[in-house]
Amino acid sequence: MIGVLDSKVPSGPLEKKWSSHKDHARLVSPANRRKFEIIVVGSGLAGGSAAATLGEQGYNVKCFCYQDSPRRAHSIAAQGGINAAKNYQNDGDSVFRLFYDTVKGGDFRSREANVYRLAEVSNLIIDQCVEQGVPFAREYGGLLANRSFGGAQVSRTFYARGQTGQQLLLGAYQALCRQIAAGTVKMYPQTEMLDLVLVDGHAKGVITRCLCTGKTEAVAGDAVVLATGGYGNAFYLSTNARGCNVTATYRAYKKGALFANPCFTQIHPTCIPVAGQHQSKLTLMSESLRNDGRVWVPEVKSDKRSPSEIPEAERDYYLERKYPSFGNLAPRDISSRSAKEVCDDGRGVGESGRGVYLDFADAITRLGEKTIRERYGNLFDIYEKITGENAYRQPMRIYPAVHYTMGGLWVDYNLMSNVPGLHVIGEANFSDHGANRLGASALMQGLADGYFVLPYTLPIYLAGQIGKRPSTDRPEFAAAEADVRARVRRLLDIDGKRSLDSFHRELGLLLWDKCGMARNAAGLREALTRIPQLREEFWRDVRVPGDGEEFNQSLERAGRVADFLEFGELMCTDALARDESCGGHFREEHQTAEGEALRDDENFAAVFAWEYQGNGTAAPPKLHREPLTYEAVELAQRSYK
Amino acid sequence: MNFKLRVWRQKNPAAKGKLVKYEAKEISPNTSFLEMLDIVNDRLIGTADDPIAFDSDCREGICGSCALTINGEAHGPDHPGAACQLYMRRFQDGATIVVEPFRARPFRFIKDLVVDRSALDRIVQAGGFVSARSGSAPEANSILISKHDADIAMEAAACIGCGACAAACPNASAMLFTAAKVSHLAFLPQGAPERSTRVLKMVRAMDAEGFGNCSNTYECEAVCPVEISASFIAKLNREYTMAAFKENAGE
Repeated sequence: MIGVLDSKVPSGPLEKKWSSHKDHARLVSPANRRKFEIIVVGSGLAGGSAAATLGEQGYNVKCFCYQDSPRRAHSIAAQGGINAAKNYQNDGDSVFRLFYDTVKGGDFRSREANVYRLAEVSNLIIDQCVEQGVPFAREYGGLLANRSFGGAQVSRTFYARGQTGQQLLLGAYQALCRQIAAGTVKMYPQTEMLDLVLVDGHAKGVITRCLCTGKTEAVAGDAVVLATGGYGNAFYLSTNARGCNVTATYRAYKKGALFANPCFTQIHPTCIPVAGQHQSKLTLMSESLRNDGRVWVPEVKSDKRSPSEIPEAERDYYLERKYPSFGNLAPRDISSRSAKEVCDDGRGVGESGRGVYLDFADAITRLGEKTIRERYGNLFDIYEKITGENAYRQPMRIYPAVHYTMGGLWVDYNLMSNVPGLHVIGEANFSDHGANRLGASALMQGLADGYFVLPYTLPIYLAGQIGKRPSTDRPEFAAAEADVRARVRRLLDIDGKRSLDSFHRELGLLLWDKCGMARNAAGLREALTRIPQLREEFWRDVRVPGDGEEFNQSLERAGRVADFLEFGELMCTDALARDESCGGHFREEHQTAEGEALRDDENFAAVFAWEYQGNGTAAPPKLHREPLTYEAVELAQRSYK
Repeated sequence: MNFKLRVWRQKNPAAKGKLVKYEAKEISPNTSFLEMLDIVNDRLIGTADDPIAFDSDCREGICGSCALTINGEAHGPDHPGAACQLYMRRFQDGATIVVEPFRARPFRFIKDLVVDRSALDRIVQAGGFVSARSGSAPEANSILISKHDADIAMEAAACIGCGACAAACPNASAMLFTAAKVSHLAFLPQGAPERSTRVLKMVRAMDAEGFGNCSNTYECEAVCPVEISASFIAKLNREYTMAAFKENAGE
């Protein structure tokens, strides 16, 4: 039974909380650290940096990832950069400003103290990464370079070409490799976590399955750290890697961990549109393109003429029309929703009708093709590779796509969930980005949690746990492993007729339609009726070929799709319960006359954390609220007019 | 578009493998190569044949998971780029396409088009890092790095670790992979204290894994999806020679 959610935010003034918390936190002595076994699931920026750091400190770490190498975790695909409050540009940046921009960007739905701490440790991350050999962009004098990013008036983003995520991940991976060689970290690639094991109410182990051999294994530990990323693939099509999944966090939820704000998903406005029903993923085009590109659609519906045949007077530059002051640089959520509106109106472009033009003709006339090529050449090349179209000659087609999820398992200030011993870091937790994440903040949060927060807060739990690691002979392990095996067996035994992807695609379309860029109560109710039907059909008619004791990619995906089919319902339940608009959660019933998100701070300035009550609609999840209070900022309505 | 595929099928390392014929019909030219394989797999549902196993994850050319040899070329004909960035419009309608896994002895075979490239991880574990404990780093701007050096380090660091270099090399050499990591860290002051020991350990690990030596065929550079220059191999050789002399001299 869960009582009032205790965020365990330390008392004292905001700027002193973290240092005073560290000063008084319990420690584990070096001689005792080697007595502990820490399970880390995931090896991206958060998991990789946490595993490496805990290994350096002398803990025994077991790190699991589904990829064939920890270096392939999806953090690698982040392009833009990482924020830090270094103020190297002397333009007035500070820890407070980075904190404030992040809270405001999140539309005042994140936990103030966590965000302040994130801003506070941001500078240490840059120091650490430079020391690891991350080749950040430099100025001619040898100093680190910065660039500007959305949602800020200062230049605080550090970057390594368009591959910042890759370089930061390789830094963490190399640190991890050093610990693997030193023997403090044991790495288990191609292994996924299929259940969490609780012993006397504490998270003391996991059940894993080796993707090569199909062998399940019970693993005991003194604490479990989940760093398994976000759940964007619930939508089937997203900018996430194919393998990204909700399984680890969802199974933890089914074991009692609360899932917070699952309806908070971020939809990026500038992605390459879907080309056909067999498309497997979406590719992001940097938002910077909107600096020089003009967004438009034809004035009239179903205009099939090629863009060059549509005269100026018959084009609708809808962002410039609706947001004269921000124009094409209107914020992400607004731009995404506007694109949806014009496409819903039948004015979308491209084969599918789900796309809008991003036109560089004016910029090329004004600046010359050479300048545009210098600024965006690599993006135009990527675009041509994927679509076969030359964007110097004809407008790009873009459409919004899912790419980040702000919701995640509920954690307290120590990054521990309501289940003692279960810690959750990076995108997998909920705490720092509220209802909308700012650009260049995901990398910052993953590394903050792994290098500089968890290594201080994990000992607070561990200090009281010396000698309490259970043996895997305990019945809890056998029971959990038997459950996992039975589930695998069940999937293989269905032997139906429909392909896995067809179920996943159908769920994705439904979520995209009813719980995507805009939601309303009727649509969400419809989805809540449809998802259980789809799930029932899945368990009756899906075909999972092969068997369980071999390398079987269909089987691994089947387990993930089965979890998405349950999790999608939780997303919709949360979206329906949050009867307001905020950040990326736009409830059509709650908007201003101009179509802006209308928050309801009186009733919804709270984290919605859901407790699993049992399978299906018969036992809906139970809602727990953590009120959000702000001492350093004033809640304001965001305006872009 | 329609294609005739000949795909390497092998159930496990012990089984005998062979090229099996498949038809890929009515494929849009805007389909990626991996999506074309998805479609072929989808159509295998309900037949006695298991889906073709192949690795992929990000599907945008950065994670290095995909590892296909297409018509004899690692990652296929569209260089630079990984197999996931290859689109069907690059092929003639009606073409026959042969799809095989990356082959190099240190890449242990798993199934169909999937191989185990953990040998590359072990080369990095041997010394491809800077020993920088979390929390002990100096202020980031306290050590200046010329833009020139930072840019070269970045060129080398761009390696995605896919292993195409070794798969394309007649000697199954992982020199380009190893050279990229050695060069990345050798161009940065942070890498200096371990510079000699790093290159010795990494090259020895590479040899121990069974990768061959470089004989300057430049196949690696030709197939590298991120255009890592073979000149880094020359850098690796210089680094190795200097370090080996120092070691022999007892320095």
